[in-house]
Formats: sequence, structure tokens, C-alpha cells
Amino acid sequence: MSAIVASGLTEFLGNAIEPQVQVDAVGQGAIFALMAVGIGLVFGVLRLVNFAYGQLVMAGAFALALASEWDWPVWAGIVLCFAVVLVLSIAMERLVFRPLRTQSPAVMLVATFAVAFLLQSIALLWFGSLGKTAASLAYLNRPVTVADVDIRKITIVAIVVAVISLAALVTLLTRTTVGLQMRAAAMDFRTARLLGVRANRVIGAAVLASGVLAAIVAVMLTVQSPLVTPNYALRETIVVLAGVVLGGMNRLGSATLGGFAIGYGSGLLGGALPTAQSQYLTSLLFGLVILVLLIRPAGLFTRGPLPVERV
Amino acid sequence: MRTRRTALTLLGPCALVVAAALIGSFTSRSTEIYFINALVSVSIVVALYTFVGNSGVLSFGHISFVAVGAWTAGVLSVPTDEKPATMQYLFGFLRDTTVGNVPSLLVAAAVGGVFALLVGLALMRLSGLAAGIATFAVLEITNNVLRYYEKVGPGLNTFSSVPETTDLLQAAVGAVAVIAIAFAYQRSRFGRRLRAAREDAPAARAVGISIYRERLAAFALSGVLAGFAGGLHVHLLPVNVDSVYLDLTFITLAMLVIGGMTSLWGAVVGALAVSGLDSTLAEAENGIAPLGLSVDLPAGTRIVVVGALMAIVLVVRPSGLTGGRELSLDRLTERRERPA
Repeated sequence: MSAIVASGLTEFLGNAIEPQVQVDAVGQGAIFALMAVGIGLVFGVLRLVNFAYGQLVMAGAFALALASEWDWPVWAGIVLCFAVVLVLSIAMERLVFRPLRTQSPAVMLVATFAVAFLLQSIALLWFGSLGKTAASLAYLNRPVTVADVDIRKITIVAIVVAVISLAALVTLLTRTTVGLQMRAAAMDFRTARLLGVRANRVIGAAVLASGVLAAIVAVMLTVQSPLVTPNYALRETIVVLAGVVLGGMNRLGSATLGGFAIGYGSGLLGGALPTAQSQYLTSLLFGLVILVLLIRPAGLFTRGPLPVERV
Repeated sequence: MRTRRTALTLLGPCALVVAAALIGSFTSRSTEIYFINALVSVSIVVALYTFVGNSGVLSFGHISFVAVGAWTAGVLSVPTDEKPATMQYLFGFLRDTTVGNVPSLLVAAAVGGVFALLVGLALMRLSGLAAGIATFAVLEITNNVLRYYEKVGPGLNTFSSVPETTDLLQAAVGAVAVIAIAFAYQRSRFGRRLRAAREDAPAARAVGISIYRERLAAFALSGVLAGFAGGLHVHLLPVNVDSVYLDLTFITLAMLVIGGMTSLWGAVVGALAVSGLDSTLAEAENGIAPLGLSVDLPAGTRIVVVGALMAIVLVVRPSGLTGGRELSLDRLTERRERPA
């Protein structure tokens, strides 16, 4: 038994240092980091874990699939994707988040759970379980060879887009008034309101920014896996949520790092695990999640003592 | 007066279950299955309630105990000579053992409880979001292992040749038993301590309650009940790894929240109400004609309506249909006297 584990481990480590595996893992980490920011932004101002975030991505992906089915030009498809995701995020905020703003986190979490399944079942009703294919950006999936390493173009695009989006977000948060207000609201919503920050405006801005990120993720995920089904991005959302909590939900930076870390980790495990063990990838990943949560319940990338449970 | 009020907390939910079973017994065989299903849902939701309702901590992981219970009862009840056909990789001791209906349910309950206890030993230290995500992780791991580990069950295949012993009577008796245990727990000093911790954790700590220990006890007990309910489930319908995963997690949480998360009455009302709606819509998808109106809904409408309903209930009545309170005649009469 231990010999099998040892040889598996050697094989895993051997595979893991392959540049190919590393590049793919970083690409996946970049996309997951973007989703983590989207979830973290809304959590910051609303203290709400949006389980339905993946369904925003799914809706955007279906928009892209429909656009490619109708032979729309690529830019029109992307515009449609952004429009669908943004409208949906605003509707979600208006119809569900806003009325529930004063409720306990548990109720809000279950509510987003309901929204997630609602959207998923609407997609099922509308498009069927077989799904549709978003093919218009498929050429980005072809590799370019750099120093004997095959890098899919989308991996480069994903990393570049992630860096640009994060930079834009940091600029928004640090250089604009609404960004300052968002940071203030994330720290202490009540005090921020007392000081004249408009709640609806700040929440609206956070929801919009998080919607933009969902649309970007939708574009990039459809390149990687063009077949869009009703449970598209569901897996990713669960993994990213775990990553966000793992990193530390209370700060956007640590949440993003957590998202990147879990994306990178799952990419690494997926690419480097010997085939005999790869079916237990999920178990391994979530086992690690539990382990980290037990050791650092407040998050891997947070500093200072545990926050006292609020009464 | 007090004992009468207490009795109502137990008898109300039980009466509802018995009523559902009685109505079910007058219907045709094809409709009866919906009633049995609803009663099994009651068991699952009450098991979930035993932990979530009393502790106030959300758990996305309870369906893993249901799954483990279903696997245990299923594997143990398939006749020995039929096991090689569907589950050829089973461990020797599982391959050669077959037990009857009631023992299989009891073993399922025990395995569910032990699994919950082990999980809880580690996880009950966590609270809030970390706890939610960690229980989710347990669900993912359980599902992943049951899906691929063919030494303990059928893996990706659906259970076949499990005796279909969960009839209306057994489902009703099972649900009543689960309700009675949940009731006994919440009335016990352990249940009261945990509920005190739910309402005010620092105050509970100040009077010497170990929140960790109380949560662990509730978690293990609800694991026992969930394992038992899983046994009932596998004896009712052919179960596979996807039927005890995210969808069941969603629908049972929905039932609990719609009914009212903090009361036994709410758990039972929610389970029966959502099951009733779900079954009606399932029939409507096949085409029915109530009151002369021909209704024919497209397949899949069911989940849309249940999802929408859950969202609406949460927005309009965040504390659920029952307001999270136990059944009480006083309140009913009081409300009539002074309309609020």
C-alpha cells in the first residue's frame, strides 16, 4: 500500500514540475481568481455569499452559444453576453438581495442557493440538458509552442485578462469615490452609511463590477470548454467558493489569492495526478479544503487573531 | 396546560404524517408512490432539522449521511446471489452478507451516525461560513468516493434488486419514529443547551455550555436519523449516486427553509408542502385535468416552480411558513382574538 502511494507521489511530483502542467494550472488559477473577486466584491458590501454566481456565468455562456448559433460576429456575441449577465445581476440584486439585506447570512445563503437552482432549471427548460456549443472563439483554444511547451492561446489570454481586470478593479477601488465608498462599506457598512455613503449606490456598483467579471469569466470559460449545459460553471463555483473561504473572505485580496490558489491547486492536481488516482481529484481537493479550514478557519491569507464571533 | 402544549409539539407533526399516510392509502398505486416519497422526505428533513434547526448552523453535508445510509442498506439487502451481477468488486464480507429489512435500516442508521460523529469531531470546531463550506466539502468527498469506489457499492450504476420494502406503512412508521426522536432530543437538556447556544452563543458559554460538544451530539444524532432515512430511501426507489447529491441537498434545504428552520412543526410542514406541490407539478407535466381545466406543463417546470417558490417564500417570509414556531393552540386562539 505504502509503496503504491510512494510511487504515485513520485509520479505526481515528477508531473507537477513539468512546465506544461504549471502553465495550465496558472491559467486555471487566473480564471478562478476572477470568479473569486466577483464573489468577494459582493460579499464585502452585502455580507452575502452569492452561490448563484456560477449561474451568471452559465447565462453568459448560453448567450455566447446562442450568438454563435445565429452566426453573429464575435464582438456582438460578447456584447450580448455582457448584456445578459449584467441585466441578470441587477435583477438578482433588486428582487432577492435587496429585500433580504437585513436577514441573517444563513437565510441569504439559502436564498442564493434557491436563485442558483431556479436559473439552472430555467436553462434546463429552455435549452435542454444536452446544452449548446459556443464555437465562435474556438481558435483561441489552439496552442502556440514556446520553448517546447504547448501553451493554448486562451491560457495566455486568461492570464493577461485577469491581470488587466484586477488592475482595473484596484484602480476603481483606490482612485474613485465609489471605490472608496465600497471599501468603507466593506469595512463597516453602518458607519459608512452614517457618513453619507449611499447604500444602494455602493451595492449597485459592487454588483455591477461583479457582473462584469462574471461576463469575462463566461467568455473565457466557453473557449476552454465550449459545450454549455445548464449546470455549466456549477462545479467551478463550488470550488471557487471553497477557495474564497479558504483564502479569507473578509478581505478582497485574500479572497482573490484563495481563488487563485484553489484554481492553481486543482489545475496542478488534475494535470499531474497519475491516471489511476485522478478520479479521486475532488476528494483530494476538498479534503485539503477541510484540512486548511481546520488549521486556519479565518483564512489562509489573513493576518492577526481570529475575529470574535459577532452577536 | 403545559403538558398539553408540549404534547401538541409532538402530536401535531405526527398527526400530519398519519393524515398523509391515510390519504395516500386511499389512492391508486401510481399516486401512492408520491405519498411514500413525501413521508421519506419528512424523515430526511427532520434529520436535517435536528442539527440545523437546533444549532442554527447551516449544513450542506447531510445528504452525505443519507447517501451513506442508502449505500449501507442497499448493499446489505441485495440477495447474495444477485450481488455479483451488479456489484462485482464488493469487499468479501459485504458480498457474503445479506440482512433483512429492519436490520438493514438499523445498520444504515448506525453507519450514518458513526460517519457523522467522525466528521463532526473535526468540523464542529468551525462556525459560520467556514462550517458551511466544510460541510459542502464533506458532501463532495462522499459523493466522489461513492461514485468511484466499487468495493462498497455499485459505483456509477443504479442500485438494482434492493427489496422495495418501504411501503406507506413503513414510511409513516419511520417518519413518526424520526419525529419522536427529534422531539425527545429537543426537549432534552442537550437540545435545550444547543438551542440556548443558537440564540446567544456568548451567554451560553458564560453559563458553562460547551458549544462544540452540544453541536457534535446533535450532528451525530442527525447523522443517525439521516442514515436511517437513507435506508428508507433506497428501499423505495432505485437510488444512484446522483440522486443523493446536489439536487436532494437543495430540495431538502428548501423544504426546511420554506417550512421554518427553527421548529419541528416547520420541518414537517415544509417537507409535506413542498412534496405535495412537487408531486402535483410532476403529474401536471404528464398532463392532468383538475376541475375540467386541462393542464399540460412542459417537463422541467416542476423545478422552476419549486425554485421560484423557495425564493419568494424567503423574500416574503424569511422565517418560513410556520414562522419557525411550534404548533400551538394558544397562538391560534390568541390570533383570533386580537388580529395583528
